[in-house]
Order: sequence, then structure tokens, then C-alpha cells
Amino acid sequence: MPERQRHGASIGQPLTRRDGPDKVTGAARYSADFKPEGLAHAVMAVSSIARGRVTHRDIAAAQAHPGVIAVMTPENAPALAKSPDQKDNPFTFRLDLLQNDGVRYANQPIAVVIAETLEAATEGAALLAPRYEAEPVSVTLGAGEIFSPDTIGAGSATDEGSGDLAAGLAAAETRIAATYDTAAQYHNALEPHSCVAEWDGDRLTLHTPTQALWIAKGRIADLFGIPPENIQVVCHYLGGGFGSKGFIAAPQILGIMAAKMVGRPVKLVTRREQMFGPVGHRAATRQTLRLGASRNGTLTALDHHTLTLTSRHDDFVEPSGILSRHLYAAGAIATTHAVSRADIGTPIFMRAPGEASGSVAVESALDELALELDLDPLEIRLRNYAEVEPITHRPFSSKALRECYAQGAARFGWAARPRQPRQMRDADGLLVGWGLGTATYPAGMMQGEARATIRADGTALIETAAQDMGQGAWTVLAQIGADGLGLPIAQVELRIGDSNLPNGGLAGGSTGTATGGTAVHNAAQAAIAELADLAVNDPASPLYGAGNAGVTARDGRLARNDDPARSEAFSEILGRAGKASVEAKGQGAGDPASRKAYAMHAHGAVYAEVKVDPDLGQIRVTRLVGAFAAGRIVNPHLVRSQYYGGMIWGVSLALHEHAVLDPRSGRVMNGNLAEYHIPVNADVPAMEAILVEEHDPHVNPLGIKGVGEIGITGTAGAIANAVWHATGVRVRDIPITLDKLLG
Amino acid sequence: MKAFDYLRPSSIAEAVAAAGRPGAAYLAAGTNLVDLMKGGVTRPDTLVDITRLPGLDRIERRANGTTRIGALVRNATLAHDPVIARRYPALAEALLSGASGQLRNAATTAGNVLQRTRCAYFTDTASACNKRDPGTGCDAQGGVTRAHAVLGWSQHCIATHPSDFCVPLAALDAVVEIEGPAGPRSVPLDAFHRLPGDHPERETVLEPGDLVVAVTLPAEAETFAGHSRYLKVRERTSYAFAVVSAAVGLRLDGDRIAEGRIALGSVALKPWRAREAEHLLAGAAPTPEIFARAAEAALADAKPSGDNAYKIELARRIVVRALTLAVAGTPDRVPALPASPFATPSAGVSAHA
Repeated sequence: MPERQRHGASIGQPLTRRDGPDKVTGAARYSADFKPEGLAHAVMAVSSIARGRVTHRDIAAAQAHPGVIAVMTPENAPALAKSPDQKDNPFTFRLDLLQNDGVRYANQPIAVVIAETLEAATEGAALLAPRYEAEPVSVTLGAGEIFSPDTIGAGSATDEGSGDLAAGLAAAETRIAATYDTAAQYHNALEPHSCVAEWDGDRLTLHTPTQALWIAKGRIADLFGIPPENIQVVCHYLGGGFGSKGFIAAPQILGIMAAKMVGRPVKLVTRREQMFGPVGHRAATRQTLRLGASRNGTLTALDHHTLTLTSRHDDFVEPSGILSRHLYAAGAIATTHAVSRADIGTPIFMRAPGEASGSVAVESALDELALELDLDPLEIRLRNYAEVEPITHRPFSSKALRECYAQGAARFGWAARPRQPRQMRDADGLLVGWGLGTATYPAGMMQGEARATIRADGTALIETAAQDMGQGAWTVLAQIGADGLGLPIAQVELRIGDSNLPNGGLAGGSTGTATGGTAVHNAAQAAIAELADLAVNDPASPLYGAGNAGVTARDGRLARNDDPARSEAFSEILGRAGKASVEAKGQGAGDPASRKAYAMHAHGAVYAEVKVDPDLGQIRVTRLVGAFAAGRIVNPHLVRSQYYGGMIWGVSLALHEHAVLDPRSGRVMNGNLAEYHIPVNADVPAMEAILVEEHDPHVNPLGIKGVGEIGITGTAGAIANAVWHATGVRVRDIPITLDKLLG
Repeated sequence: MKAFDYLRPSSIAEAVAAAGRPGAAYLAAGTNLVDLMKGGVTRPDTLVDITRLPGLDRIERRANGTTRIGALVRNATLAHDPVIARRYPALAEALLSGASGQLRNAATTAGNVLQRTRCAYFTDTASACNKRDPGTGCDAQGGVTRAHAVLGWSQHCIATHPSDFCVPLAALDAVVEIEGPAGPRSVPLDAFHRLPGDHPERETVLEPGDLVVAVTLPAEAETFAGHSRYLKVRERTSYAFAVVSAAVGLRLDGDRIAEGRIALGSVALKPWRAREAEHLLAGAAPTPEIFARAAEAALADAKPSGDNAYKIELARRIVVRALTLAVAGTPDRVPALPASPFATPSAGVSAHA
């Protein structure tokens, strides 16, 4: 048991999901499961061209189809209070909401058919048989005019560095330069974007999967010109978000518009193939790495240049170079980004945006350098271990990466790795290779709020508009709340997933538990303070006179710190005070001073074993060992699950996932789950996730860093390096597919 | 989805009559057809559901040594049938390497034989496709073509047939039994699927109303049981269509190959029987050299139809590997990863040598 885990505490316990029984019995209702009285079904018609305009829709044919209620087009769509193209801040992404006949990417919504049944709406959409005036398209990386964007990712600086790169390269005794391509990936959560929208006058109830209930509420209020308090967004469960549900997307707003148009509740569910365009994606990248090192492997220069794509009509730039700003020490560092526009849907955040695509390139390049220097891959990483954050020279708030390397290596058996490639075979003659990648992701925080209520019956209620997209919020927020209140978790009721609750912030950027957890912790502590106020000022209480700070909550009782035997149950305190409950709010946000003083990141080391058929090139990952340090672990069971999920996506990034666009039409040619490959169970290797102890006194009062994204980083690079180690072939075009190994 | 008439005939004759009308299609499990209907790729007016037809779901072992597989026998049932697995192990291995457990539980024998190409330009209704809409052209050419045909393609179509099951069927000289308006007839599987030529829309020899009722394996098919493999290279370990696959069967006579069979999958618009290669094997000792020559011969006419030249070399290597595995002997049981290069030959011991 880790030493900091208090006996009896909920935090640190490997509890199973509190929502598990509801999920396995089907009692958990996802957004599209709600069926209000009079529900109509909406289906989007989407564009088959990537640039131009719609010149004709056969509305009469669609209208005439039995069961069709209405066809929503730019001619008759309900007016919006604000143009969905108006960009008030970098995170208000432009949405295609039938404002005109223009087409800016393939699969853009161009009409919505509303019908009595899903089947009728589907056929109505097919009968529209749109005609277009098409313009030539460009969807190829590097094909358009290349420019330097204003910012990258979530508003980070486009270019950043330190030291004299040219001098660093000149001083190097060994140099490598290599270019790595990563493919476009499209979010494909099991649950597609969906909504059930119901208007009552100018009040809206919306069931929709979102990673940020209050942000969604704000955008909808803005678009429809109604007060945010008129909108209730409900999302008890998400079947995955991965960034594409961070901000509400066009299909969800179109469902709301359709409901307004027909005056009935409407359900709209994005079809799988419609996920490839209007709901974001991770753009393809081409990253050029130039590394220089002295003979002993110390980096004298690290130059990381990223070229990527964004849409013609909006800005999101995959920030692949960001991790080079804080991962390895180097005499000089340059990280730069350039972008060109293409006729594609706007890219957006996708699990570890920037870090995922950047990591595979950096980790590959580092191994290429290690080969030149005849150094073990682990050794070169240790020789360039950043003791302070490169560029800023801030100390890390905590960094147990050395322990991650060591524990992972020991568990994996890394010491037995031969230096040269193509040295290991299994009993069947398959090539075996081992690779390493460093994992890293920032430990950010957003802003959130929670409310804690202690009831006269001794139970408590925690409320915050956070949401559980599988990461475990239903469980971990209750664990944090229970400890903050000094109650067994069974006594704590949690309410999340409803925008009528206090703003729970965003489940994104690996910040959900840190932010929501801090808010819950602070709310619980504040509620306990309210309760203590009652007791210490009540002469009838054994706690009388102890002072507010002189009592501690434990097991549903407040006890005097100076004499723990003198205590009183919550219910007794409230009962005597004649109160049904006490409640208090708490905020969750990073402390600006700490965040300025310290660099805050989670770290890890991922070790991969692959097997490759020497003749046929087919690849299989057979073993993954990840060791991660991410501050305090609220629930080891669920955190492992997060790491596994991330590592499996790393397998996907390295070997499988790539959207194939026809450069002539701009259409995605593999927009279905049969041909857009993600790993299946047989691709998922034996996996281990080691939770490396890390105490962080600076990130937040609970010491929590996020774990949602780090697993995908490191892993893909480890696999790419293992494929090289198995075969001697360095593939720089990710994903690594068998044709690239045939030689 | 387009509204359609749904018929459920109770006899083959009734089914044939119903399906003869324009716009009609047979429905069995629908694992392929219904997907295509959802995507608007095919828009039948009438579905003739044959799943209740009597007598089509049996595997019959006949006195003359042939095995008759009814059209409605499910892929999973067939793959797990002990007789099939023992006599035609490559068939079982091919079936189990395809799709997923759920799909195999539903998909039928005839449906598998009749499955449509996975060419993205066929399923993308905005693309020109001579197969979907005759005479409109072939947008696959000059497009994304990593998976397309390297044998038997034409300027009108470069698609491939995706079936695993059909590959060993072709190698084993299976015969397709058909009932039609003109009565029953039988067609060798190798002649059942058409190459695209000038008419890619004509995928098989079936005429309107024709119903596949069974697939029959001839008596000699089981003489390859001891040295028979299906090998399927794919881009993930399971649940993926073949990049290239091969079914091989060897009948050994002492230290010589008496007869060899080779068919390739996912290289052409039909399962590709490599008869020239088979001729080279007949009477030869099973050496790496003869396997390499057979592989050369099998791909002698191959040419890339786009960005897929790698498939030619890959196919050669698969032929060599499959022959090598077959000589070693059919494994005792179908491997846990059927037909996979990761099927770990060292884990199995031949029970057929």
C-alpha cells in the first residue's frame, strides 16, 4: 500500500465503477436512448463533393416519401441569432448549419430530413439526390500555400525555442535529419454524435453526448439567442469523446434546429460514415527532426518542425512540436509549425493532440540518433533527461520519469536487448524487436465548480456538471467527495451529467479529475466547515469551543483534534440545529502562482515488443509495458484502464489507423469500421501498466495529474522503434503497414 | 432505406419465380446485402427471403465421396463441422479467418460465394463504377488502389473478390449447384465468377432468378487433407479482409508431389486458380526451389492496377509459405489465429502425415 494512502480513505482504492451495474444491465441510458413523447427522427444528407456549392436538391421527392415530415435546407432552416461562422474566440469553431449552399468539405451536412421513422428519414435523405457545382479540391499535405499560423493547438505559441540552433548543430559530433509522416485519424467513438432535442417555447432540453456541458449550453444559447438558463443539457454517459465531443458539433445543433422547425422532439444520430468530416479529426502531419549530439549522446541541438493541414475555413493546428519544448534537455531547441489549407473538415483535439503525433516522430528520431552513436535507447534518453523544463528552465512540480524508465525496464527485461536490429527470433522464426518510447502529457487544470450537501440523515450529495465518458468520473469524484466529507463512499450520492448542476468544466486535456476533483474536494471541505460552524458554536455539542479548525471529519462524525474521543455524528449536529442540511460550493482551478513557478507534466516510459513475419511483413505487438507517474492516483483500477486504452490507441496510431482520402475528390474512401482499421482484440498484446509513485505538492491540493491521454504518447514510438529493431527497416511513414516492410 | 417488397417463398420453385422479376434480390443472412442497401449501393425493389426454404441447411456426405453443402449452411456451422474440418481443413481455416464470430454465425455458404467486392469506389455511390452503374467508368483507376487487383483486371474494373472461403473452394474444384427458371445446373466454382472484361456488372454466371442451392466438393478434394493450408496476410490480426491470401493442397506420393493445388485470394475479381504453377508441382520433389518456381508461375501474368505492385511480390511469398506449411502437414487442429502468419506452426503437430 502506498505510504500516503490513509487507512479507510476512498482515494487510492481500486474500486470498480459505480456505474458498472447500470452499464452491463443496459439500465444506463445514453443520449439517443431517450424517447420523449412524439419523437421524430432526423437524418442528415451530406455532401459528396469537398468544395463548391449545392445547386439542386430534389426536395419534392423527399417530401413525397411516406413518413417524411419536413426537409430542412438553407431555404427554410430556422434562423439563428448569430452566424455559426462568427468566431468570438479560438475555441468557437465554425459550424456548417445550413446557412448557405456552400460546401467546404466532403460529408458536410447539406440538408436534414425529419420523418416519423428513422427509415423514412434515411430514404428521404437519399431521395434528395443533390447536384453540385464542384470546384477543384486539394486535400494533400503540403499542396497548398504554406504559412505560419497565429497559434497552434489550444492557443500555444507557433514557434518556441532556446539557444542557438545553428551553433548547436554545428557543434554536434553526430547529426541525424529525418522526416516522419503521420496519417489523418478520425474520431470514432462507439457512440456517434447524437442528440434528442425538445423545445418548450424558448426552453430547450437536450440529451447529447458532450465533454463539456456548460460550454455546450453557452454555444447553444449564443446560436439560438436564448438565455443559457433556458437550456438543460443532459449527458449521464458518453460512449467515448476523445476530443470530438469537447465542443458541440454541427450534427447536434442541426438536431436542435430540426426540433424547432417541426415543433416536436427530434432525434438525430450521426451515421458512422458521417463521422468522417463534420466532427473533427487529427490532421496528417509531416515532421522534420534534426538532432545533433556530442559523442557521449548529449543533445546539442533539437529541431522539430511540423507541417500540417487545417481546413480552408477555420483554424486548428495539430501542435506536434509542443512536446519537444518540455521533454528532453538539449543545448538548443527549435520547435516550429507551418500549415496549409485544404478542403477538409476542421481538425480538432484528438486524444493527446500534438503529443500523440509528435511523440512517434521524436521517439523514432532519438532511436535513429542512438543507432548512429551506438547507444542503448534507454541510455540516450537518460543522458538527455531534463532536470528542469527545457526552454523555460522552470523546475518540475514533480517528475518521477527516471523511476518510470527503471521500473518499466526491469519489468520488461530491457537489459537483455541486443543493440543491433534483426537479432531476435521466436521459435517459429518470426522476427522479434524491442522498442522504447517516453510518454509525456501536461498536467493542466481548467475551471470547475461543485456543490456538497450534508443531509440530516448523515448522507451527503455531491453535485457538479462533469461527465463520465468512460474515464470513471462517476466513481472517482465520489471517492474524492467521500474523503473530503469524511464519509464512507456508500453514504455519498453523486450527481453529474446535467448542465443544471454547477459548472463542472471540461472533461478534456486530461484535466477532468484534477479540476472536478479539486472542486469536489473544496466543496466538501467547505460543507464540513459549515457543519463545524454549527457544532463548535453550540454549547450543547461536545465540540463546543473547539474552533472551526479544531475538528476533523471522519466516518460521518466530527471529532476534536485535541481529543478525538469527543465527537459527534453529522446527523446529530444537523438535528439539534433543526436543519435539513448544510451545503457549500467549492472551486477547482490551478493556482496561478504555482503554475507560473513550476512546469507540470505527467511522464512515463513505454516498452514494446513486436513480432514481424520476415517474409510477409505482417506485424503484431506482443507485449507492452508502460510505467507512468502522474501524481496521486485516485483509483488505480480505473487509471490502469485509462493507460491501457491510451496504449491500445498507441498500437492503432503506430500500425493501423489512417483515413484514406482520394486526392481527386477529397472524399474519405475508408469511412467505415471495416476498412478504417483500429486494433481488434487479437491486436491487443499482453499489457501491463505500472503506477509509479509520485508525490506532487504543487499541481493542486490533492496532487492529481491527469491520465487520460498520456498512454497514447510514447507507445507508438516504442512500437515504431521495436519494428525497426525486429526488421532493421526504419519506417518513417506512420502507420507502419506491411507493404512498407516488404522491401 | 428504400421501401421494398418482402417475400418469403416456401419452395425453391416459388423463390425462383419471385426472384426472376426485375429489381428482385435474394436475402439470406443479409450480412453483405443489407449493408449495401443501407449505403444505397444496391436498391432492390423486392427481397426474396430464402432462409425458410427447406433442405438448404444440410451438410451431406454422399456415397460417391462428394460432400454437398447446402446454400443456407452458416459459415460457423460449416467451419466447426468435424467432417469438414477433417476432410477439407483449408476450408475450415479459411472460414474461421474471415469476418467475426458474430458474422460467421449468420453468414451463409451461398452468401459468402456471392459477396460483393470491397472496392471503395463500388461502395461510394458518388464515384463512377462500371460494376454498380454499367458504363459510368471506373474511378478506382488513378485513385486509392493499394488493395486492388493484380491479375485478371480490365480497363473497366480493377476490383477484387474478397471471399476467403472461395479460395480453397476454387483450389478443391468445388461445384456450384444452381436452380433457375431453366431448371437445375452445375457450374465449377472456378467458372462461376466472371473476370471483369467489358462487363464488370456481370459478376457471376447467374441469370435472373437463378438460386445457388449448394456447393459440392468432389471426391478427390479430400485427398489433399493431410497437406492443406489457407494463409491470409492482413493488416490487422483478425477481422480484416485479406491483402493477399492463398489456399494450397498437396497430395504427396512418397517424397514427390503427386498433385498440387494453388488458389489465390484478393488478387483478382475471382478466386484465382494457379494452374500453371500446379503443373510445375506435379511429380516434383517439394523443395524451396520448386515452390519459388511455382510462385513465379502463379504470378507470371500479374501486373499492378495502381499503387499495388507490392501485392505481386507478397503473393509470391505467400504461395511459397503456404506450400512450405502444407508440406509440413496440416495441423492437428485449426490454429487459434486461423490462417494467420502468427498461427505459430511450432505449437501444432501434424496428425495427417
